[in-house]
Amino acid sequence: MTRHEQILDCLMVHLERLSPKGGKLHADADLANELGLDSVNVMDLLLEVEDEFDISVPVNVIADIHTPRQLASAIEKIEAA
Amino acid sequence: MALFDKFKKLADARAALMATEPCPLGTRIDEVFSPTQGRIGDQEVILAGTNNYLGLTFNSDCIAAAHHALDAEGSGTTGSRLANGNYSGHQALEIELARFFERPSAIVFSTGYMANLGLIGTLVGPGDTVVLDADCHASIYDACRLAGVDVIRFRHNDPRDLDKRLGRLGDKIDSTLIIVEGIYSMLGDRAPLKEIVAVKRQHGGYLVVDEAHSMGVMGEHGRGLAEAEGVEADVDFVVGTFSKSLGAIGGFAVSHHRELDTVRLASRPYIFTASPSPATIASVRVALDIVANRPALRHQLWSNAERLYAGLAHAGYELGPQSGPVTAALLDSPQQAVAFWHALLEHGVYVNLVLPPATPGGRALVRVSVSAAHDTTQIDRIIEAFTTLKPMLSSSAKP
Ligand SMILES: Cc1ncc(COP(=O)(O)O)c(C=O)c1O
Repeated sequence: MTRHEQILDCLMVHLERLSPKGGKLHADADLANELGLDSVNVMDLLLEVEDEFDISVPVNVIADIHTPRQLASAIEKIEAA
Repeated sequence: MALFDKFKKLADARAALMATEPCPLGTRIDEVFSPTQGRIGDQEVILAGTNNYLGLTFNSDCIAAAHHALDAEGSGTTGSRLANGNYSGHQALEIELARFFERPSAIVFSTGYMANLGLIGTLVGPGDTVVLDADCHASIYDACRLAGVDVIRFRHNDPRDLDKRLGRLGDKIDSTLIIVEGIYSMLGDRAPLKEIVAVKRQHGGYLVVDEAHSMGVMGEHGRGLAEAEGVEADVDFVVGTFSKSLGAIGGFAVSHHRELDTVRLASRPYIFTASPSPATIASVRVALDIVANRPALRHQLWSNAERLYAGLAHAGYELGPQSGPVTAALLDSPQQAVAFWHALLEHGVYVNLVLPPATPGGRALVRVSVSAAHDTTQIDRIIEAFTTLKPMLSSSAKP
């Protein structure tokens, strides 16, 4: 399993719990439109992610993130930095 | 997508909730009789959904000073503080604010929203970091956006969570602003400021406290939570507003860093807007003097707050964690909250309806505010309305 896949798996566990709409969860699902997450939900997800990976993920990076896969890439990049 | 299409979801959500007049969002208040009484439609109401904590909106000295300034200096300044809008009253108010807070520097802004934009948005920029309480006000989030700064949230009122996040910053701590509020506007709970200050001392960084809801309300001299907790020396910047306990409109930032004064030269929300009107400044100056010299108003406010909190708790409501000028009653669903809000109005009580995502934890709530100007009969009438209406919130009565 690549690091990217590991991160993505972990994100999916959190999303499973958070997603209020219960839309079909997949790596390219749109966080807002398909999974029904509002901006506060996504920021709360970041809190979990920060603690899980012991990194800082600035809230401002999520402006460009729309899917779990994109978020996983952003986390991977921060980890590597 | 056409320009307005993106608002459709919001508009639909509002329409679904707001079928009956009067509308809880942006309720039209038809008449205001006093700080605590008004008329909405044909219903006379107790105003218990304001930020008029000391009841100063109708204070005769504030009004007289405003009248005088209106006659003497006209209705507006028509310009920026950095151009033609810097009257002697604006500067006098800054000196008085600095003296009130016992700090060397103060800047007056046109609103509290702009005070946050103007202070935070200017102090930090790309490459710097803001670590803020997750429940901070929208003006603080917007200030960070304006600044283009990295924003890290910590869990609401959780100093250990702040500690963890500051610990991850490394060298970046030197250009980090930590931002919290005194009293939080929705649940009325207060920041654990002593513990937050201890974390800041350990790691470094600068601390901003937005005392919008606590200035005039807490502390022996009314300087807010930092004064009440005895930690003013560790708070680098205090931001606040004239629109709550001071009963007018406008905002400010004060600091023990003398360099704060230079912020006004670079602060776009300070420069590119007109300064507050002379009448506003005049009434705020008198209100500030009242805050400093009439602690009895604060005592009355707290006595009212405790009476209300105890009454609502006794009636079985789930409330915010602490008594204070803002008491939130948490409800199960937005639909239930809307129905409850209408019922309270029919019982002559106006409160604020707050729906997610503006609420912490995604709950629906009604926000009840008290004022030093409420008398105990009014507080008891509010409690009575809540008590009478409690059965409509039982699970079997859920819509
Ligand atoms: C914490 C906080 N900061 C700032 C503001 C903005 O104040 P103003 O109404 O003066 O713009 C508010 C008011 O809503 C607030 O609650």
